[in-house]
Order: sequence, then C-alpha cells, then structure tokens
Amino acid sequence: MTLLLVQALNGVQLGLTLFLIAAGLTLVFGVMDFINLAHGVQYMVGAYLAVSFYDASGSFLLALVGASLATGALGLLLEALVFRRLMGRGHLDQVLATFGLILTIGELVRLIWGTSPLQLPVPRLLSGAVPLMSGMGYPVYRIMLIVVGLAVAGLMALVIGRTKIGMQLRAGASNAAMVNALGVDIHRMFRLVFGVGAMLAGFAGVLAAPLVSVEAGMSDNLLILAFVVIVVGGVGSVRGAFIAAILVGLVDTLGRSLVTALALALLPPMAAGHVGPALASMLIYLFMAAVLAVRPAGLFGVRA
Amino acid sequence: MAEVLHVEGLSKTFGALWVTREVSLTLAAGEVHAVIGPNGAGKTTLIHQISGVVLPDRGRISLRGRDITRARPEARARAGLARSFQITSVLPEFSVLENVALSVQAREGRAMRPWGRAAADREANARGMAALERMAMADRARRLAGTLSHGEKRQLELAMAIAADPVALLLDEPLAGAGPEEVPRLIELLRGMKGGAAILLVEHDMEAVFALADRITVLAEGRVIASGQPDAVRADEAVRAAYLGEDF
Amino acid sequence: MKGWRLPLAMLLVFAAVPLLPLGRDSGYVMLLGARIMVFATAAVSLDLILGAGGLVSFGHAAPLLLGAYAVAALDKAGVDGALPVLALALALAGIYALLTGAVALRTRGVNFIMITLAFAQMVYFATGSIPDYGGTDGYPLGERTRLFGLKVLHDGLPFYLSALVVLVASYLVCRALLATPFGRSLVALRQNEQRARAMGIDPLRVRLGAMVVASLIASLAGVLLANESDFISPAYGAWQRSAELMVMVLLGGAGSLSGAVLGAGVVVLLEEGLGRFTQHWPLIFGPVLVLAALGLRGGLAGMWARRG
Repeated sequence: MTLLLVQALNGVQLGLTLFLIAAGLTLVFGVMDFINLAHGVQYMVGAYLAVSFYDASGSFLLALVGASLATGALGLLLEALVFRRLMGRGHLDQVLATFGLILTIGELVRLIWGTSPLQLPVPRLLSGAVPLMSGMGYPVYRIMLIVVGLAVAGLMALVIGRTKIGMQLRAGASNAAMVNALGVDIHRMFRLVFGVGAMLAGFAGVLAAPLVSVEAGMSDNLLILAFVVIVVGGVGSVRGAFIAAILVGLVDTLGRSLVTALALALLPPMAAGHVGPALASMLIYLFMAAVLAVRPAGLFGVRA
Repeated sequence: MAEVLHVEGLSKTFGALWVTREVSLTLAAGEVHAVIGPNGAGKTTLIHQISGVVLPDRGRISLRGRDITRARPEARARAGLARSFQITSVLPEFSVLENVALSVQAREGRAMRPWGRAAADREANARGMAALERMAMADRARRLAGTLSHGEKRQLELAMAIAADPVALLLDEPLAGAGPEEVPRLIELLRGMKGGAAILLVEHDMEAVFALADRITVLAEGRVIASGQPDAVRADEAVRAAYLGEDF
Repeated sequence: MKGWRLPLAMLLVFAAVPLLPLGRDSGYVMLLGARIMVFATAAVSLDLILGAGGLVSFGHAAPLLLGAYAVAALDKAGVDGALPVLALALALAGIYALLTGAVALRTRGVNFIMITLAFAQMVYFATGSIPDYGGTDGYPLGERTRLFGLKVLHDGLPFYLSALVVLVASYLVCRALLATPFGRSLVALRQNEQRARAMGIDPLRVRLGAMVVASLIASLAGVLLANESDFISPAYGAWQRSAELMVMVLLGGAGSLSGAVLGAGVVVLLEEGLGRFTQHWPLIFGPVLVLAALGLRGGLAGMWARRG
C-alpha cells in the first residue's frame, strides 16, 4: 500500500515536471503552429545554470530565480535570432532549424560545463523526509516540487482563464486565423509565449536538478515525454497538457509496477523477466497510441 | 425519366442550429436541378452531405438505388458522384492534363495501381483531352494547374468532373469568384454540359439558374420551401417572402 | 534527360570511388562512401512519404532498427543467409508500418509527427529490453550475412558494391512508383486532399501503401547497417536518428529523391569530416542546419534545379 502511495506521489511529481516543460510548448505548437524540437534544451540549460549560480552564491533560491530568468532570456534570444524568421514557413524548416539548435546548444553546454555529470544538492531546509505509513518516508523536497508544480498550474489557469492575453491564447489555439482577426500583435504574443515557456522549462530543470545528475543528454527523453503529454492532452490546450502530464506521470510509475507485477503473476518467471520491463518502458507510448486511436485530436484537442 | 440521385428526409444540426431539416429531393437522368436560397439557407452543407464531406444526422441518400448515406467521399466519387467546390480546388503542381487524367483513373479504380506509368495511360489521356476540349481548355493541357487564372481553374474543375463520366454532378456555385467577363463564358460551358450527367446546381447567379435549370428547389433556413418548374417557383409567394430584399 | 542528370552524376561519383588511386586511404574512403549509401537508402525511402506524400514521419529510424535486429535475431539462431534475413527484416518492417500507419494516419499535422515518433520510441525501448540480444548494450554480430554463401557484405569492395546496388534499386523503385497512378495519387493527396478524395482517391489506402514501401526499404538499410558495423544496438533507432534522417531529406530538398541522397552525403561527410578536425563538430554542424533552414529553400536539390 505504502509503496503504491510512493509510486503515485512520484508519478504526480514527474507529471508536474512534464507539465512545466509542456505548458509553454503546447502553446507554441497550438497557437503558433510552430514545431520546436529545441524546447528541451531550456530544461537542461536551466539545470546547468542553477549549478553555476549555486556554486557562486551558495543559495538554492538565488540559483532557482537566476537560472529561470536566464533561460527565459535565452528563449527570447532564440526567438529573435531564429524562431521569428521561421514563423509560417512550414513544419519542415522548423524541424531542421530547431534540430540544429539542439546540436549547437548541447555542444555549447559540453564546452562550458564539461562532459562529466554535475550535482546540485537538495537545499538543507528541504532535505528531510515526511513519514508515511509503516515507517517509510517521502522526501520533503519531492513534496515541495508537487506543491510548487500545482501552484504554477493554478497560476497558469488563472492567467489563461481570466486575462485578456489568456483569452487571446485560447482563441488562437482553436483558430489561428482568429488571432489575426482580433487585431492581436502576433509577434508580441509569440515573444511572450516563447519567453515564458522557456522560463518554465528552465524552472523545471532547476527543480529537477537535485534529483537527477545534470548532464548533456538529460533533456532528451524528457522532451519526448513532453511531446507525448502535448499530443495526448490536445495540442494548444494547457488544461489538456496538465491532465495528460499527470496521467503520463502516473502511467509511467504506477503502470510500470503494475505491468511488472502482472507479468510475474501471469507468465512463467523467465518470460515475465523479458516481457515485464519491455512492456513497462513502452507503456506511455501504448497509452498515447490508445488515446489517439480513439481521439485523434487528443483529450482536449480542438483540431484534429 | 430515370432517377439517379434520391435524397430523403436529410437532417443535420450543428449544436442548436438546424442547417438541414427534412430535406428531400431527386435528380433525374440528364436534368439540371438547381438549389437556390438566401445566404445561410444550408445549400453548401447539403452538397457536403450528398458528397460525403459531412455526414447527416438522419435521412437517406442513394445513388442509382444504392444507399450511400454513410459512404466516404472517395467511395461516392468512384460510384459516379462528381463535384466541384465553391472555392476552386485543383491539384496545383500537376499539369492541366494530369489533373483530368487522374480524375479518369480514380473513377475507373486505377488510381491505386502501383505499376505502369500514369502518363502513358492512353485511355485516361484521351478522355481527359476530350473533356478539356469540351471545356475549351485543350490549349492549356501542358500548363501547371496552379498557374491558371481563376476562371480557367473553374473550367478545369468542370473538365475534371465530366472526364470522370459521372452519374451525377454536384456543382457548388460554379460561378463564384468569376469576373463579369468570365460569367457568360462559364454559363455557355455549363449549358454545353446539359444532357450529360445529371447536375445538381447550387448557384447565386439567378440569371444562370434560370438559363440552365429544368427544375428548381428553394431552401430557406435548412428546409425546402418550394420545388418545381422554374416559372412556378418564380411565382411562388413563399419564395418571394424568403428572398425579400434580395434581387430576385 | 530531364530529372536524370543529378542522380546520374551521383551514380558516377559513387561508382568512381573504388577506382580512385587513394592507396592506404582507400579503405577508409570506401567505408565512408558505403555509410553514405546506407543512410541515403533510408533517406530516399523517407523522402517518398515525407517529400512526395507530405507525411512527416518522425519515426523512420524504427524500420531501420527492425532490419538491424532481424540480422541479430537470425545470427543468434545461427542463420546468416541473406534470404531468411531479408525475409524477416521485410516482414517485421511491413507489419510495423501496417499497424502503426493505420493508427497514425487517423491524425494530422503535429499529431502525426508526434505519434510516428511515439511508435518509434516503442520499438526503441522494446529492442533494448531483449536480454538475448544484449538489451540496451547491444549485440555484437557473430557472422555477417551471406548471399548463397557468398561474402557480399564483407569488408571493402563487396560491401561497397552491395550498398550501391541497394541504393540504386531503392531509388529506382521509389522513382518508378511515383510515376505510377499510385504515386500520382500520393502526391495529389499532399497537394489537395479534399480534391483528391472527391476524385475517388482513398487517402488511407494510398498513404498506408506508401508507408509500407518506405518502411520496407528502410529495413534494408538496417540490414546493411548491422553488417557494416558488426554491431546491433537500439541506438540506431533513437529519436535523434529519426531526426537525422529528416535532416538529410530536408537538407537535400524534400520530394526530389536524389536530394535525399545528396543530403545523406552532406550529413555523413560533415559529421565525419568535422569530427576529424574537432570533437566539437556539432558547434559547426548545428548552425549550418539553422542557416540552411533559414536560407536554403528547396534544399540542395533546389539549388541544383535553379543553377545557371
């Protein structure tokens, strides 16, 4: 039971990290109709910057704020240098350019910070564990991540549901032509979405850094998971991204143990040892295929 | 006259809005049946339902006695239902001849064939050229369709339709967007198509409608308010009321 | 001769490489040339669906990976005959394309890109979880594949010529297919799906057919790749490899087939050539891709077409 609870909490925490990465990206995909493969590097850059800021200042909070703002600035810089020029140029050019950015920035990171993995310590204040049932504990830091993730999600819901820019974003997600008709400054909106999206991804990178090792490939698989979240939730829908992120997080952690247990129960041990892990790592993608087979536009998608 | 297309009790709602309400109509071999009505009467949605782009909520559509109510657009096309679009719709990167030839091949069920050069299909080329000649476009055969003028694209669409030798032909405002100097020419071409495939014609240009139609059905707010010979429809009070304020 | 100059020029270059008097470097140059041709084969097949068909698949490394694992599976079973290897590779890739295509083709745009990526990730993780074939560590190939006992895929000239034959055959098959009514229908669906359907063209059948053909050809590249490196690893099917194949097609100019060969050559040569000067080669290659996307409309093949 406790193990299940721990798995569920881990799933929610993974989901919220994915949401922070996917929230900005789904708007870039949906409202701007722009394919940005390089969004994951913001997550990685955020983590690396946090390590540097922490080494310089010794303060986790300062590292968090500084690295988030810096990745936001990086997002704006990339927007001005590259993305802006690729608006409305078709998905293929965007894929080519943003893949080039992945290579470039990945190598820059290796050049600056070296190839060996770095560590960011868990802030002392949050280093304890909360006791759960039967003597097991759950790290305070992970609980803090869940709280912060939920807070950001709530804030985004407010911005998107209650403000003018939020209304424009929602209109844009369902009908891009309408944004123009509404007389919205599309370039300003593009900058805003990129800047905030990059900042959120960097923010997620800083928060995740104490739990993982900070290295050049750290964002590669997360980026793919963020894509899954976006597509399952429905491209352009932040609410969809939130729900899909939690689902994907849960499927990855709970489903993994469930499938392994099922395989052990149903199959001879040898076969179970093979099938269990294989199925477990494919689970998220099976989940995505199942969702899209039934709802080609995703859970909250407005456009197929 | 033999009936080729039969539409019965067709209904469609978008949310609370009835766009098609219990519409029934028939199309007999060789006739031109015009569907007219004020803007928003549901004419284009009707064409979309008959051609399979939109599925109706209720009702039945049959082509030569065969139920096609839920068939996909491409299946209807292969069964002999051709259409044109309100906004010109051609294959811009293909030559004019390639456009019409592919139309023939698709109608004959050869478009899936993964062997033989498409350009060497004599029958498709011959039928395509014949259609282009009837639409006065033979001299444009080698041009890329994307480089044609708007009126020429309209002609090409008509040529693609007749090249398929369809049973019934749905024309969704074939004169829309044509310049004043192009309209008489297009009407003349449409008149030349009479007596071939049965034509269901949706058109705003009343001059064209009365010049071409054997029968007229009037739609308003999704339902049929009058149907019959052109003269009878012209005199109908309900029609006059529906068109109040519009030039009729 | 229209449309044949670029492919013939490239064929001449590929055919001339083994004849060049390069002395001690000739082995290395042939290896590089063979590698280019292997990736060019996969890129050409991707161009069939991406360039001609407008189906932006972000998972084309998956059939390549399946082809490579067909070699591993039969090697493990002690079989090195080309016929069974090819049969298994083609069967796996064909079934994969049929199953995933049927689901993926229900979606459009970004969703299609992402679902093809997701399916490829499934293959990537699945192959990495088979202990018999080394799991994520990969599988060292015992015996290279032989055709009727002949060492056609062994080092040097035999492998080079086999890769050339496969590339030329793949190119000709794709090119011929595009000239058939089926190919016309595929291109018509990209240009204007609504119009193509109203003509009677079945989008699902045509696109699924094209995806199967592309997948089959890519699996051949996978068989070659496994033999070239004597090693089979899930890494051949990582998403970055799928992206790289797209880059080859886009850099060369989508839709022209020969452009994909050109793109494969440029990508492999840049990676390899820059890699000899500096380990930080992505710092040059990355910006090249960005600049190409910003400035190079129609890819290298487009430049060729506009030359003079």
